[in-house]
Amino acid sequence: MTMKSEPFVVNVGPQHPSTHGVFRLRLTMDGERIVDAEMVMGYLHRSVEKLAEGRTYTQNIPFTDRLDYLSAMSNNLAYCMAVEKLMGIEVPERGEFLRVIMAEFQRIANHAMAIGSFAMECGVWFTPLMWMFRDREKILDLFEMTCGARLTTNYVRIGGVSFDIPPEFMPAATALVKELPERIAEYESLLLENEIILVRSRDVGVLPPELAIAASTSGPVLRGSGVMWDIRKADPYAVYDRLDFDIPVGTRGDCYDRFLVRLEELRQSVRILEQALDMLPDGVASVEVPLALRPPAGEAYARIEAPKGELGFYLVSDGSPHPQRFHIRSPSFINLTPLRDMVVGLTIPDAVVTLGSIDIVLGEVDR
Amino acid sequence: MSRLLDGLEVGERIGQRVPEAVVEATPRWVVVHPEKLVAVATYLRDEGELDLGFLIGVTAVDQLDHFEVVYHLQSISQNHVLTLKTRALDHKNPEVPSLVSVWRGAELQEREVYDLMGVRFAGHPDLRRVFLWEGFAGHPLRKDWMEMPGGLTPGLGRFPRED
Amino acid sequence: MIFLAEWWDVRDLGNAVGELLEWLGDHGPDWLPYTASALVGAITIVVFLLVSLLVFAWLERRLIGRIQARRGPNRVGPWGAFQSIADAIKFVTKEAITSANADRWVFWLAPILVVVPALVVFAVMPFNEGMILADLNVGVLFLVAVGSVTAIPIFMAGWSSNNKFSLMGAMREVAMLISYEIPLVLALLGVVIFTNTMRMNGIVGWQDEHNTWLIFLQPLAVLIYFIAGAVEINRTPTDIAEAESEIVAGYHTEYSGVKFGMFWLAEYFAGFAIAAIIATLYLGGWTLWGLEEWVPGWMIFLVKLYGLFWFFIWMRGTLPRLRIDQLMGFAWKALLPLALINIFFAGLEVLLWQENDLAAEAVLPGFAIANLVLAVVLIVAWAQLLGRGRPQYRPTRARLVKELGAVVYGEEA
Repeated sequence: MTMKSEPFVVNVGPQHPSTHGVFRLRLTMDGERIVDAEMVMGYLHRSVEKLAEGRTYTQNIPFTDRLDYLSAMSNNLAYCMAVEKLMGIEVPERGEFLRVIMAEFQRIANHAMAIGSFAMECGVWFTPLMWMFRDREKILDLFEMTCGARLTTNYVRIGGVSFDIPPEFMPAATALVKELPERIAEYESLLLENEIILVRSRDVGVLPPELAIAASTSGPVLRGSGVMWDIRKADPYAVYDRLDFDIPVGTRGDCYDRFLVRLEELRQSVRILEQALDMLPDGVASVEVPLALRPPAGEAYARIEAPKGELGFYLVSDGSPHPQRFHIRSPSFINLTPLRDMVVGLTIPDAVVTLGSIDIVLGEVDR
Repeated sequence: MSRLLDGLEVGERIGQRVPEAVVEATPRWVVVHPEKLVAVATYLRDEGELDLGFLIGVTAVDQLDHFEVVYHLQSISQNHVLTLKTRALDHKNPEVPSLVSVWRGAELQEREVYDLMGVRFAGHPDLRRVFLWEGFAGHPLRKDWMEMPGGLTPGLGRFPRED
Repeated sequence: MIFLAEWWDVRDLGNAVGELLEWLGDHGPDWLPYTASALVGAITIVVFLLVSLLVFAWLERRLIGRIQARRGPNRVGPWGAFQSIADAIKFVTKEAITSANADRWVFWLAPILVVVPALVVFAVMPFNEGMILADLNVGVLFLVAVGSVTAIPIFMAGWSSNNKFSLMGAMREVAMLISYEIPLVLALLGVVIFTNTMRMNGIVGWQDEHNTWLIFLQPLAVLIYFIAGAVEINRTPTDIAEAESEIVAGYHTEYSGVKFGMFWLAEYFAGFAIAAIIATLYLGGWTLWGLEEWVPGWMIFLVKLYGLFWFFIWMRGTLPRLRIDQLMGFAWKALLPLALINIFFAGLEVLLWQENDLAAEAVLPGFAIANLVLAVVLIVAWAQLLGRGRPQYRPTRARLVKELGAVVYGEEA
C-alpha cells in the first residue's frame, strides 16, 4: 500500500536565518522531500545598472562596493579594469601589485565568511564563523589602515588605487600572512573530516560538470565540480601571470567539494600574498586620470576571478561622460541557475546546505 | 591569456554552415540575424574547434532605435572568447529567440534582460520578471523609460501604477 | 532554635521544616502536614532550578564565548553576571504575540505544560540522604513516564501555531522523542538489573554500599543514555526540532515574550533533569566515597550535575547538527541494538553473580573491566558493520592542479 500525501509549499525566506539575506526559495514539498523549487529574488534590487547610467565613470566606483559587500575590493577592481580597457589606460606596476594584494586579502575575508556560514548551515552553533571572524577582522583592519573603510572600501580607482599603502601596512600584512597558515590548519582541525559535516554534505547537492559548464556557473562552484578553470590563470589580469599558485578542484561536485575548494583557496591566497608582498615594487601606485572621463565610443568587457566566481563588467560608451550601458555579470546571480536541479529530491536541511555551499550575497544577486 | 577569436573568420565559418545568418562581422564581434540565432549558437557550441560551451553572460543594450542582445562566449577547453550579438529591430516590441535550449546559463539572465530591458525571448521556458514585481510598469533600463505612457513619472509617487 | 546553625548546610533548614511539620501534625488536621511538606519541597525545587538557570544561562554564554574566541556577555554587572536577570526582564516585558490564526487555548497552554515534566522529574531526585520530595519505589519508572510526556506540549505548540515551520519542528520532535525513548529506557534497565530496585535512593545506596559507581559497570549504557538524553533536551547539536538554519526555530517559531521564555526555561530544566538523572543513577548521586561525611551531600550532587551539564554546553559549541533521518537512523540502527546487547550482558553478569553467590568485591571489578572492553569492542564493531558498503570518503582534500580546461569529475585522487 502506498500512502497518499498532498504536496505543500514552504517559503524559505525572505525572512529566514539561512538565506544569506532576502533570498526566497519556494519549495514544494512532498513530506520532507522537495519536489519543486522556485527562486524568488529582487527584494534587494536597487537598480544599480540604471543608476550608473546617470553618473560619471568615477562616480560609479562606490556603487560596485555595494554589490557583493563582502568583497568590495574585487568589485572595484573588476569595474576599474573595464574602464581602463575602454580608455586604454595602463596601470603602474606598483598599483597592479597593490590591487592583487587587496584582492587576495579580500578573497580570504570572503571565504572565511563563506566557510563559516556553510558550517553554520550544517548546524554548528557559530563556532567556525566566530573563529574565522578573527582573521577577517584583521584583514578589515588592514583595509581600514589603507583606505579608511572596512567594508565599502572604494579603494581601487581608475588608473591605479586611491592611496598608496601607509608605512605600517607592510609589517602588519607580513605578520598576518605569517600567521594565517596556522589559523587555516586550526580550521581544518575543526571542520575537515568532521564526521557530521561529511554525512551532511558528501553527495548532497551534486552538480555534475556538464551542467556546471552549461549553466554558466563559475568560481568555487565550477571548480568543486572538477572543472579546472580559474580566470586568474585562464585570462590573467594585473600581475597574476607572474605569481605561482595552484587551482584547487573537487572530484564529486557536491557541497563538501565546494567547501574543500574554498578551504584550499585560503592557502593558495596566502601563497599569492607571500609572493606579492615580497615582490611589491617601488614607484607610483597610480596614474593621473581626469575626474570626468570621456572614453571613446565603444564597448569593453573585463572580468576577474572574484571570490564568488567570474565577475565581469560590460561597459558601452557613447563618448559622453556617462556610460551608455553598465552591465554587471554577477557570479552570485548566475551561480543560482542550477539550484533547482541541485535541490529537487533533497530535504530542507540539504537544500539549506546546498544554498550555503553556493555562497551568494544578495547585494550581488539582486543588484 | 584568453584568445579573442577573430570575428571576421568566425563570421565566415558561420556563413558556410548557416547561410544568411551573419549580418555584420568585425574583428571584435559577430552580429547574427535573430531568426538564425539558435542554429548559430548550436553550431558554435558543438563545433569541435570552436567548442564555445560556456556562456559567460547575456545582456542587452538599448541603441535608441533598436536593441542589441550581447552574448559573451567562452571555450573552456580551448580558452578563447567570442562576442556574439543579435539585433531586435522593433524597438516597441523587441523579440529574439531564447538560447536556454543551447546554454542553460541563459535561463536566469534572459529573465533579467526581459525584466529590465523588455526584450522578449521566444521559447524561454519561464519568462517572467525576476527582480521587479509582476505588474511593474515598463522596463527601467530602456532609455525611454521615464517617458511612460500616461505621463507617469516613476520615482515620484510610491510606485509606478501597478496594474 | 536550631535554625541556620551552619549557613551552608541545608540539613538545618530541613530540620526546621521537620519541626514545623511536627507542630502542624500536633495541632492541625492530618492532611495539613502532607500538603505543607509537598509545598515546601516543590517550592524548594523550583527555586533551586531557577537559581541554577540564572547562573547557567550566563555561564553557558561565557563558556561558549571562550570556545568561540570572543568574550561573551560582560556588560551587565561584574563579568556580566547579571546578564540572565536582564534577559529574564526582557522576556517578561516583551509583547507575547498570539498570531491571528493560532488555536488560542492550545497556544497558551503549551508553554505552561512544557515546563512541567522537567520539573516533576526532580520530585524523585535525591539531593541528599532524605532530601527527596517523594521517594517512590518505582522512581526509575516515574522518570521514564514523565520524561516522555514532553512530546505532547511541544506538539501542541507546533500544531497550534498554524505555521509550517512550527508543524515540521513539532513532527520532528515527536518522531525523535519516540525513537530515542527506547534506547533511553533500555539504558536505564541495566541499572535496575544490577541494583534490583527502582527506588532512586536505593540505587544511590547500592552504589554507596558496593563502593562503586554504575558508570564503571555500565559504561555503554551511560554513553547511550547521554546521547539519547542530549537528543531529548533538544539542544544543539541535536536540536533538529528547532534547527535554526533549517526551520527557523521549529515549534516555537511563533512564540515571543514570556511564552518563548517558558520554552527556553523548559530546555534548561530538561537539561538539568538529564544531568541529574545521570548523576544519580550512574555517578553515585550525593555520595563520593565517604566525602559526604565532610561535605553536605547536596553539594556533591550539584557538582556532579553541573559538571554533566557542562558537557552539553561543550557539545553545543563544537558539533554540527545531523539531519533528521540520520539522527533517527542512529537511534534505531546503532543505539537500540547496542542497548539490547548491553542489557543482555548485564543480566548475564547478575545471574552469574547471584547464582554462584559470589562476593561483590570479587566480581564487580571483573565486571567493570569486562564491560568496558565489551563497550569498546561493540562500538567499534558496530561502526564497522554499519559503515560496510558505504562509499569511502577519503582523501578529503581538494586536488591541486596547474593546467586548465580539463575535468576531473568522478576520479578519486
